Amino acid sequence: MADKQQQVVVKRARHKSSVKDPGTPGVLKLTKDRFTFMPNDPSSPVKHNVEFRTIKGHKFTKDGTKQALLNLTQDQGGNYIFEFENFPDRNVCKDFVASAIALSGEAGRTVPEKPAVPIQDEQLSAAEMERRIKLLQEDSDLQKLHKQFVIGGILSEAEFWATRKKLLEQNYSRRPKQRVALKNDMWSTKPLADGQSNRVTFNLTPEIILQIFAEKPAVRQAYLNFVPNKMTEKEFWTKYSRAEYLHSTKNVIAAAAEAAEDEELAVFLKQDDMLVNEARKKIRQVDPTLDMEADEGDDYMHLPDHGLPRNDNKDVLDSQYEPYRRSFSQHLNQHAAVVLQGRVIDVELGDTRSVAEALARTKHAELAKDASDVYLDKERLERISRMTEIEDLQAPRDPAVAPLSIKDPRDYFDSQQANAFSTLGDTVSGAKQLKCSVSTREAYCSLKECISEIKFQGLTEPTINSEVAFKVLNGLAQNISSNKYHLGRNPNESVLDSLPKITREELLLHWSSIQELLKHFWSSYPITTKYLLTKATKLKDAMSQIYPKLQEIKESVQSDLRHQVSLLVQPMLQALDAAFAHYDADVQNRLARSGERPNGF
Amino acid sequence: MSPPVPSKILTDDVSLLMVLIDTNPHFWSSIKPHFSFSKFLSHVLAFLNSILLLNQLNQVVVIATGINACGYVFDSSSGSVSQRAESLLPKLEEFAENDESLSERDDDSGNGVGSSLLSGSLSMALCYIQRVFRSGPLHPQPRILCLHGSPDGPGQYVAIMNSIFSAQRSMVPIDSCVVGIQHSAFLQQASYITGGVYLKPQQLDGLFQYLATVFATDLHSRNFLRLPKPVGVDFRASCFCHKNTIDMGFICSVCLSIFCKHQKKCSTCGSTFGQAKTHDPSASQQR
Repeated sequence: MADKQQQVVVKRARHKSSVKDPGTPGVLKLTKDRFTFMPNDPSSPVKHNVEFRTIKGHKFTKDGTKQALLNLTQDQGGNYIFEFENFPDRNVCKDFVASAIALSGEAGRTVPEKPAVPIQDEQLSAAEMERRIKLLQEDSDLQKLHKQFVIGGILSEAEFWATRKKLLEQNYSRRPKQRVALKNDMWSTKPLADGQSNRVTFNLTPEIILQIFAEKPAVRQAYLNFVPNKMTEKEFWTKYSRAEYLHSTKNVIAAAAEAAEDEELAVFLKQDDMLVNEARKKIRQVDPTLDMEADEGDDYMHLPDHGLPRNDNKDVLDSQYEPYRRSFSQHLNQHAAVVLQGRVIDVELGDTRSVAEALARTKHAELAKDASDVYLDKERLERISRMTEIEDLQAPRDPAVAPLSIKDPRDYFDSQQANAFSTLGDTVSGAKQLKCSVSTREAYCSLKECISEIKFQGLTEPTINSEVAFKVLNGLAQNISSNKYHLGRNPNESVLDSLPKITREELLLHWSSIQELLKHFWSSYPITTKYLLTKATKLKDAMSQIYPKLQEIKESVQSDLRHQVSLLVQPMLQALDAAFAHYDADVQNRLARSGERPNGF
Repeated sequence: MSPPVPSKILTDDVSLLMVLIDTNPHFWSSIKPHFSFSKFLSHVLAFLNSILLLNQLNQVVVIATGINACGYVFDSSSGSVSQRAESLLPKLEEFAENDESLSERDDDSGNGVGSSLLSGSLSMALCYIQRVFRSGPLHPQPRILCLHGSPDGPGQYVAIMNSIFSAQRSMVPIDSCVVGIQHSAFLQQASYITGGVYLKPQQLDGLFQYLATVFATDLHSRNFLRLPKPVGVDFRASCFCHKNTIDMGFICSVCLSIFCKHQKKCSTCGSTFGQAKTHDPSASQQR
């Protein structure tokens, strides 16, 4: 009998073209990557030799049914049905096939560049494929490259994407799993009461349970305490619903009476101690100068007979019922706080207990954070002193800002002047200091003379000599037209803008495709396998096709732009030349080594 | 000042031209053999008059830049009717006298030309522009034209750069026409940063032609003209310690001084640097 660990499984089986087909008896041989079927009758045409890579899945009949069948489904829709003599035989084959399919599928995905086996079509999940298509659609440049190289047969799909793993991942992570917030509506216990019996039905979903736990820590605590030791989950929720129902009737006295009878029920009916504690803590964090009690007086709603008219006189109840009262505003506030906090736990909702535990844990962590009361008090005091201080009397708390004392701004100027002048083509001799040969008084005198001179004589007539004007115009025109050649020195405009649109696009396209090719070319070094060698050769051929195209572009542009274009093309050519040189050197090396070997022996 | 008028007349071809005239007496006497101040004035006045003729609503304001003071010497909108630019001459004379009276050095010939207070006149021009923006019925397209000759005053670096940046912020181009012998690094930067035109005329006796050709058109029309373009400013800095042009160096985090080597103390603002790789706030950073 064949063992599971075996690398090869050989079983007698019948190949059937359909389930009804009597089948051809023969031998089925399974190896790690393929299965072969040889019919007993050598003349029979039914022979199979199929790789597992092409097999998509397998089906089989249940043990103990009429036939022991194994059905292998192929990618293209075909299938192979084998009938075995007994079920143990079939099961051995079934297990082997299952692991073989899984293995080949994995291999296709994780190591697409498996040397010597250039895999044509990779096993890709639909999501992966979709992601790639989306990327291509979003980026037209990428699409161009993809079309040029992958469809052009220079690179395989896997190679093309292998260098863009980051892009794929990025795209993947860009869509973080959105967390669904808690529902904003309050779980108002709308009991579904049918008119006849006294039964009231509550609907609890895991979502609602989460909300209850988050909003009512006491219920959560009770759940952790009672379930499943003291009562079942169903009992617990029944009790809870009963309490809710009592609340909804707003009958405080009845609630108190029920609570007295049943201590578990009392937990739900009484005010939530944990909430009260929490609220106290929160109040401590409020601005200490805010006197909440004093403010209460401003709020007329709190006092009877002010504000809205109240028609129920239940306010005058005994203090013993006090714990059983629950105000709507409390409930509302608690709900709002929980909703704003959002979904703090990340647990599957189905399991009520784990939800309760997770919530309890996060609460504990929170409490532990501000547990140190001493610290809290100190902070509170600090805050009070900060809020109540009179600013005028306080020394500046922060270290005073030292004023910026620049002793001599001359250096700033000097550090730029040298370069500025060299740009303008000024020689150092041109920047020599003007010697002032007259005293200040004389200088002012001559200045004033000039002013009075023009004051009395009026403007010179004509203002400007026509020859001089012509000269100036000529000079300006020349200056402006010569500035064209200073392109590129001004960072605001690009040389590309001055090129014709077609040339520009061609250049950009070539640039990006050269980059892509070079990336793949250099990544395939050092060449360790034959596969890499063919890849490098293919890439080199593709690059040498681009080379003359670049020359063509250089020659096609107008003469005044040719210099600019050749400046642009030069680095591309250099990069290509370097690649070619490396390739040639590598080939030489390879030849020398292979030549050495026979000599060495 | 008239109270702000809610709706301003928005026109694209009305200019408010602020002209800064360099009246550094040392400079003018030094180049008097080539180009006298009176010649300069006659070119400039003719130019200013032609600006006023280009559009009835055009406004020209002239600010004199002396070595001790700056002052408004002409405002075409001040009179009842637009005045001709010649009326600035008496004011200019007055200004020169005032400037002289403020001068303390009596006799220091041979001490160099000195620089005029470009930072002051730039600030005045910008203030005037802001005032026009905030009052009056017109919302003109302001620009500043610097007719400058004196060498740059390195001591004014911070003030001038501040004015340049505030001009850039209020979108006021600073045009510069350098009538001196040297180029002006300040004005070159100012024009570059604010998108104005920097020009150093080769033929000073054809100044009017330069002014009329390059600087007369309003800002809107400039879009359609091909004006002399800046060659580009070399922004590479040189270190403060050796004046070498460097690509990488140490920069004081307080005052942005540049050094080619690590220093213990900034020579410009006096901040003490901690050791490299400490977290001292004033530690220098490598860029």
